Amino acid sequence: MNWKRAAIAVLAAAPLIALFAYGFSRDPAEIPSPLPGHAAPEFTLAVFAPGEGPLMRPLGDTVRLGALVGKVVVVNFWASWCGPCRAEHAGLSETARQYVGKPVRFIGVLYNDGAAAASDWITQMGGQSYPAVMDLGSVTAIDYGVYGVPETYIVDASGRIAYKYVGPIPPSVLRQWIDSLLPNATATGMMPLAVVR
Amino acid sequence: MKRHALATLAVVAGALCAARPASAQGVEARSRPSVATAADSALEAQTTAVASTLRCPVCQGESLQDSPSDLARQMRAVVRDKLRAGETPDEVRAYFVSKYGEWILLEPTMTGLNILLYFIPVLLVIGGLVLVAFLVRRWTAPESTTP
Repeated sequence: MNWKRAAIAVLAAAPLIALFAYGFSRDPAEIPSPLPGHAAPEFTLAVFAPGEGPLMRPLGDTVRLGALVGKVVVVNFWASWCGPCRAEHAGLSETARQYVGKPVRFIGVLYNDGAAAASDWITQMGGQSYPAVMDLGSVTAIDYGVYGVPETYIVDASGRIAYKYVGPIPPSVLRQWIDSLLPNATATGMMPLAVVR
Repeated sequence: MKRHALATLAVVAGALCAARPASAQGVEARSRPSVATAADSALEAQTTAVASTLRCPVCQGESLQDSPSDLARQMRAVVRDKLRAGETPDEVRAYFVSKYGEWILLEPTMTGLNILLYFIPVLLVIGGLVLVAFLVRRWTAPESTTP
């Protein structure tokens, strides 16, 4: 056997195999976001679903992100036509309740959907603890680099995007990320597993 | 490229249309709608040109201009609003890059490692041609005869 030829063939094939290995290990649908670490885009959006109890905001009231500086803000983009949004809804709603009384706010931003359909969906899902706002023309969604729903952004107390999650966010990840941004005394006491951005 | 050329032509045509009524006719009342229409068509042409260079995030390899999706339509509206507000095409593209990353550009910029993307195919073609030439020469070379 000609070892020199075999070595050349292996050397020639190695970069190609490495390229394929890298390609197959990535989700082609995932777009890496440049936003984490940067200031969260400002928005002022009208409430169309008020939320419940202590988290309630009156209908027609506006939510301005800038007014929430000093608090951790969970911004969740969703729609009633989105299947995966159904999967994360209960977890998000329950997690929001767990942080009542703490410097944490949840906002649901409706993406490419109508207020009536979205309100019906919330009722069908058994309610939503936090308020939902309308994003006409998806201007805010585009400002956040949203390319599908659900997508969740966690904004820290200084107004910087700390984390972005694409897809239905598991409550354990959500709590872990929120807790990592809160002073120790106010966190829910969950032990952070790892910090992923 | 063809679309870029068409867009540039449309911008030039729009600018010419905008200039003519004011100078040739001199009737302010009549020239106003023409100027507005020309400005609109110039803005549309510029929107088309910019949208053609940006990738639709929810499509497979389609530009914002070509995609019929809701998000692409809304992103085109953002492009139009920003151009109308006086931003340059490069500033509009930079805005989308700041939100979606360089991925949003249909043609990567010729900076840093991206330069490799432009030169590697050329190098591979040259390498292939050299290899073919070498093999053809070897195969067609007269066999040496040994006595």
